[in-house]
Formats: sequence, structure tokens, C-alpha cells
Amino acid sequence: MSGLDSKIGRRHRHAPAALAGAVAMVLSTAAARAETMSPAPTGIGTVAQASVSSNLGDTSIRPFRIQVSDEALADLRRRLATTKWPQRETVTDASQGVQLATMQKLARYWHTEYDWRKVEARLNALPQFTTSIDGIDIHFIHVRSKHPNALPVIITHGWPGSIIEQLKIIDPLADPTAHGGQAEDAFDVVIPSLPGYGLSGQPTTTGWDPQHIARAWVELMRRLGYTRFVAQGGDWGDAVSEQMALQAPPELLGVHTNMPATVPDDIAKALQFGEPAPSGLSVDEKKAYDQLDYFYKHGLAYAQEMSNRPQTLYGIEDSPIGLAAWMLDHDIRSYELIARVFDGQSEGLTRDDILDNVTLYWLTNTAVSSARLYWENKLAFFAPKGITIPVAVSVFPDEIYAAPRSWAEKAFPKLIHYNKLDKGGHFAAWEQPMTFVQELQVAFRSLR
Amino acid sequence: MRELSSLPNRRQLLAATAAAGALSLLPAGLANAAEGDAIRPFTFHASQTAIDELRRRIAATRWPEKETVADSSQGVPLATMQELARYWATDYDWHKAEAKLNALPQFITVLDGLDIHFIHVRSKHPNALPLVITHGWPGSILEQIKLIGPLTDPTAHGGKAEDAFDVVIPSMPGYGFSGKPTSPGWGPERMARAWPELMKRLGYTRYVAQGGDWGAFVVDQMGLQAPAGLLAIHTNMPATVPTDVDKALLAGSPAPSGLSAEEQRAYEQLVRTFKQVDYARLMASRPQTLYGIADSPVGLAAWLLDHNDADGQPAAAVATALNRTASATGELTRDEILDNITLYWLTNTGVSASRLYWEYKGGFFNAKGVKIPVAVTVFPGEQYEAPRSWTERAYPKLIHYNRVEKGGHFAAWEQPMIFVQELRAAFRSLR
Repeated sequence: MSGLDSKIGRRHRHAPAALAGAVAMVLSTAAARAETMSPAPTGIGTVAQASVSSNLGDTSIRPFRIQVSDEALADLRRRLATTKWPQRETVTDASQGVQLATMQKLARYWHTEYDWRKVEARLNALPQFTTSIDGIDIHFIHVRSKHPNALPVIITHGWPGSIIEQLKIIDPLADPTAHGGQAEDAFDVVIPSLPGYGLSGQPTTTGWDPQHIARAWVELMRRLGYTRFVAQGGDWGDAVSEQMALQAPPELLGVHTNMPATVPDDIAKALQFGEPAPSGLSVDEKKAYDQLDYFYKHGLAYAQEMSNRPQTLYGIEDSPIGLAAWMLDHDIRSYELIARVFDGQSEGLTRDDILDNVTLYWLTNTAVSSARLYWENKLAFFAPKGITIPVAVSVFPDEIYAAPRSWAEKAFPKLIHYNKLDKGGHFAAWEQPMTFVQELQVAFRSLR
Repeated sequence: MRELSSLPNRRQLLAATAAAGALSLLPAGLANAAEGDAIRPFTFHASQTAIDELRRRIAATRWPEKETVADSSQGVPLATMQELARYWATDYDWHKAEAKLNALPQFITVLDGLDIHFIHVRSKHPNALPLVITHGWPGSILEQIKLIGPLTDPTAHGGKAEDAFDVVIPSMPGYGFSGKPTSPGWGPERMARAWPELMKRLGYTRYVAQGGDWGAFVVDQMGLQAPAGLLAIHTNMPATVPTDVDKALLAGSPAPSGLSAEEQRAYEQLVRTFKQVDYARLMASRPQTLYGIADSPVGLAAWLLDHNDADGQPAAAVATALNRTASATGELTRDEILDNITLYWLTNTGVSASRLYWEYKGGFFNAKGVKIPVAVTVFPGEQYEAPRSWTERAYPKLIHYNRVEKGGHFAAWEQPMIFVQELRAAFRSLR
């Protein structure tokens, strides 16, 4: 079986083996067991990536490529062209949600100019693999640096993100000398797709919470032969990385987070009850308090809905525009940035970046399966977890909240790096990749 | 093409105006300036194109994978939606609902700048009491149509002539056949100002009002505004929660001490309810983001189905109805559930209806301070069973309080005969 002899570090060899459905994974014949999980009567939404390994003992690492059928792309275009629109919002700002004009500009571009094949080619130019962990096929990008002693890093995306968020940082991390950096800052880079996301399998049973994912990532790194490594994440990637840090396997040297969980208990309580900010907060603390207060009052409902009723979101699985709007509305700062992008302004993200990510969700039929991670999670998102291993923090100003140094120091007693950046938001790696890379280089220098 | 029917009791004839599109709706605001207080007859005929398009979309639904649990704890289960979609795309017939509606005298009039659609049935009995009934979300005027015969014609339904009502059932702004507001401000308070104007325009000088869900907010606001002519309100979702209890609920604290057994039970029901209102939070903060319920009929259906009652989310009464193909006693059936969902679909009101949550900034079940006479019916499947003690405090002029044995959040729809008997008893003292 070709899948069994593709060992670590072997770049993508690909026996062509077409699978039915929207997403044909070209990989070892072992993947032919990939089961179609979607009961879609039309067959259009067939999810080829969702496979449940029949052999739990199978630790093979199989090369992977993605190839979407023309039919799936034509179906997407057809649906975009026939979108049934709601009436325009009754306000002149974004206070009722994603504005109609933004969505219509996005739809026009998506339908007429956007080309999925470009990002598909970018993905397939990278070494991608799948391996079965705890019964789920985990998809990941794995790029080894040419530099000896490169530090292995596992980077985890969040919602509504995917591995697309991290594509820009791979080369600078793995090949620093080609990007103005030094050989001793090189990383071996592992970027998995979360279970239920993108090209990983979709869990069919409960239990894939951040703790479980954290254990799986350690297993993945071990399987790749790494005996010392670091972890990085924002959004759900932060939850996973912080759980890894809490589990503290001996190989894990430290973690870097761009969405740290640092909010002290008294602050969290005041926020929960909608009370005014406690007295005696520093300027940074007050700013963080106000950011969180806004988010809890105006921006949290999507997360609550997904935490309790993910399955009810049939509309985002059936409507590409429904999916795109749901994904655009993650937090107000990113939404404003994305709206500016579709108004033609130049930002850290391009229209193609945004649509690459949305289209990946669409083509893999993962709107609901990704939402389910919120249901699985029982952790308080921003509460300190009691991590004692080294932690590095980069604070981007437009994140849901900019964690003050005072809170970060309390939450992470071994804070090895804390830096506030001038620009960037929730999707920091995607939006400000070079800043992000420099942060990782600096953050982990002391651990090499 | 818009079609105007000649209704026997219509008040004014409207010059025919063509309107393009699937619906035979008058565009909101049309004829506004010219006609002033005009009351225009209305009927609705969905075009075959619109029906075919709906079926095509249902058949082409792209489904998510099955939930990873064996119950509805992650949302509306896939099997439920697939069975509903199968029936909706094949055997379900919207035209039956349409015929039922068009057999009723319907009208449109402009209130406060917006086209308001309403059903208006006068009783043949003299001295019938005029009653305006307001639906809620995810409901529509279809929730109330089973009440109309028994309310207006009691002698044909086991009642007495002196219990007769003239019935007015408006569609809320942004709902059904009413216009969609294009600027903010149409919350329950404004509807509460518009409905008395509607009743006045219909020539009523003394009347009562009834509501549940958003309709309950509207009648509470009417009660607060106490316009001349409004004798009393009846609510099947009373807002009675005392301040200290409301505070504890919002803070997620334990119940205040000293509650009676009945109050303690209500508290626990409210705690459960507040865990089941994420849909409301979403619509209150980001209604416009719900493009998926405008574009996907199955997305819309699931969103509308996932409203809770005391016995489940989706509401147990609705889940049960999905398996009921007929009912001799007027209990909710699968067709009725789909009639309501299809009405939202054909009128493209998924998002405009959601916006009402965004409009409202007040409290939910807290006592509002209504001083006029109030009648309350407590249905066991409602969000919480308002205790008599709280109800008496919330409504100092409580003229009727009754706990009935059956029925839930969609009481008029689920148990129309019990509901009708309650309204007869509730308002008897005011005639």
C-alpha cells in the first residue's frame, strides 16, 4: 500500500485516484475507504474528506492532495447566481450584522472573478498528509526546513479559519534566510486542520474538544518523530495550544499565542453581569475591559448559537452566501476590515484570501461540523487555565481584546515573551504574516 | 400580477395597481400618500414560478452531516429535517393554506407609514366585542386562523351569542404580508401605538387586545399606553417576574429565598428558558447576518423550528405536530407547520422578522407596570408558568387568571378551543 511507505519528510507523492464527490483527495489507495458521510440526496455536497479509519492501529502518514471537481465549482456558481437576498438592513452601519452591499459585492466577485484553482494549486504545492488519530483522519501540512536544528512548531488555526490562514507564514518560518531572517530562526512547520474543519475528517461521535485535540497534536508530533517542539495558536488554536501547555508533555518546550486567555476572575464576573469596569484598572486593562464588554454585548451570539445549536445551522451548509456572511461576522474589527477589502481598499487580506477560506469551508461541507467544536467545548474561553510551562504572547491591537501585560503575567507565570504590535487583528498570521513570523522567531529564540 | 378580490365586506375599492414579482403584495408604502387612511382588500396568490422555485431549492438542499448525538441537544436533528424536506418538496400543497387565507376578509392599510396587513372578521352578532390578536415569532397570522370561526360565530361552536367577538388579526411589521420597515423604530412600543389607530380606523371605540410571544409584548405595551377605547388585554405569555427574581435570573444566581413551590418552579423554568434563547440573542444583535435563512428553505425551516417550549427545543408541541398528518380536534399538524414556514419563505421575511428582536431593548419577562385590566391564561407548555402570586403583583387589575391543562407556547395554534374558551371567559366581565 503506497500509503504505508510514505514516511516522514517524503514530499507529496500522489497516485492519482479519483474519488467521487466534490473534493477528490488524491492519495494512497488506503484512502479509498474514505466514507461519504453526507446523506445529501443530490450528491453535490459529498464530503470525501470525512473518513473514519477502520483500523485504529493504523499510524501511517499518507500523502494528500486536494482536487475539487468542476461540477462542485459549477454548482457553487449556480447557487451564487440564484441567491435569494433578504431586504437591506434598516441602518446605515454594521450594527445589524453583515451589510447587504458588502455581501452583494462579495457575491459578484465570487461568482465572476474568483478562481478556486489558484489556491488549490498553492495548497498542492505544499507537502500535505493525512494520518488517522483516535479514529479521525487528520489532514496537515508539513514542511521541514533545510536548516539543521530547525525548531518544530505545530500551528493551529481557529474558527472561522483554516489552514488557509497560515499559508503565508510557512516559507518565512521554514526558510528564514530567503526572507531576511537568520538560519538559526528556522522552523519545521506542521499545520493541521482541526477535526471537522477543512480536509480533516468530521467526527461522528462526541468528544473532540480542545483537550482531545491537544492530545492528538502531541501524538501527531510524536508520529512525525519530533522529540522537542513548540506550539502556536490563536482562536481555537489558542485553546488547543493552551491545553497542550496544561497537559505539558515532556516534548513541548513552550507555546505562543496571539489570543491568550488571561482575563482575571473578578473582571470576568463583572463582564458577565454587565457591571461597570472595576475601579483601579490601568489604561490597558480598561481598554481590554471595554473591548470584551462590547464583544459580549454585541458580538458573542454566533458563538452561543454554535455552542448550543450547531446542527440548526442548515442555512450555512445549503447557501454559500449564508455561509460567507456567517463567517465574515466573527468579530467587528475583522468584519470592518473585510468590508473595506470588498470596497476596494488595500488591507492585509485580499478578496481572494477571504474567499479561499470561505470556499474551502463550502467545498468541504464543513460549516456545521466546524461549528460543532463550540458545542464540544466546555472551557471558559478567556479564563486563565493555570499553565506553568513557558508561554509567549503577541498582542495585536484589533484582537477581540488586547491582553494587558499585567493580566498576561498573572495568567502565565513563565511568560518568556510579551509584545504589543501596532497593526493586526484576530487573523494575525493571515493579515500580518511578516510581523507574525518575526514574533515567532523572537518568541522562541530562548528555547532553542 | 397582483390580484384583488372582491370581498363582501370590504370597505373601499382600490384602483388596480400592478406589482411585479412572485407575490401579489402591494409594495410597501404604495398608494400611501394618495390614499391616507384607505383600507384595501387583499388576497394572496403565490405564483407557480415561486412554488416551483421553492421545490427546486428544497430538492437541491446541500445537507450537513448528521449530528453526533442521538437526541436534539445539538439542534434540529438531520432526520427530522430530511423527512420534512421530503414532504415539503413533494406532497405539501401551499395552495390549501392560501385558499384558507383567501376565504377570510383580508386588508391592507398604511399605519405610521407602513403597509399593515390584517384579517378582519365581523361577527353577525350585535354587540360583539372587538378584539385585536397579535402573533409572535416564529409565528404569523396562521397561528390564529383556527380561532376565527369560534370567536366570531360562537353559536356554531358550542358558545353563546353574547360571547361573540369581532376579530382583527394584523401581521406585524416585517412579517407575512405586512410591509418591511426600511428604517429602525418598529418595536413593540410602536406597534402598540399603531394597533389602536387600526382599531379606530375600523370604527371601533371600545375593544380588547390579545397576544402571546411578541404579541404579548405588544399587548403589554398597549396596556401601558392605555389608549382610549382599550378595555383590557389578555396575554398567554404574561410578563410577571418580580425585580429581585429577574435580577437573579440575569446574573445566573440561585433563586432568591422565600419563593413558594409554584414560584420556585417558575424560576427553574425561566432558568431553562434562558439557556434556550441563543437564537433570540443572535437575532437581537446580528439579524442581518442570517443570509442563510433567506437563501435556503431548509435553513429557514430549521431556524424557525428551533424555538423552544417547556418540554423541548424544538418545541415538543411542534416536534409532535411534525408527525401528525391530521387532527379532528384542531391540534397542530405537519401541514400547519409548513404553512407557516412557507409563508415566511414566499414573503422573504426570514430576516425582516428577525429584526424585531434587534428593535426591542427592554426586558423580557419582567413586570412592565400595566395598570389597566388584564386577563392571563397559563398554559403548561409555555416558557414558564406564571404563578398567580407574581401575576397579581404584575397586573394589579387582574380580571382573569386560569391555568389550563393543555397547550404551550403556540397556544392558539395548538389548542384553539381551549384558547377560545379562555378568551370568552376572560373578557365576559367587560361586555
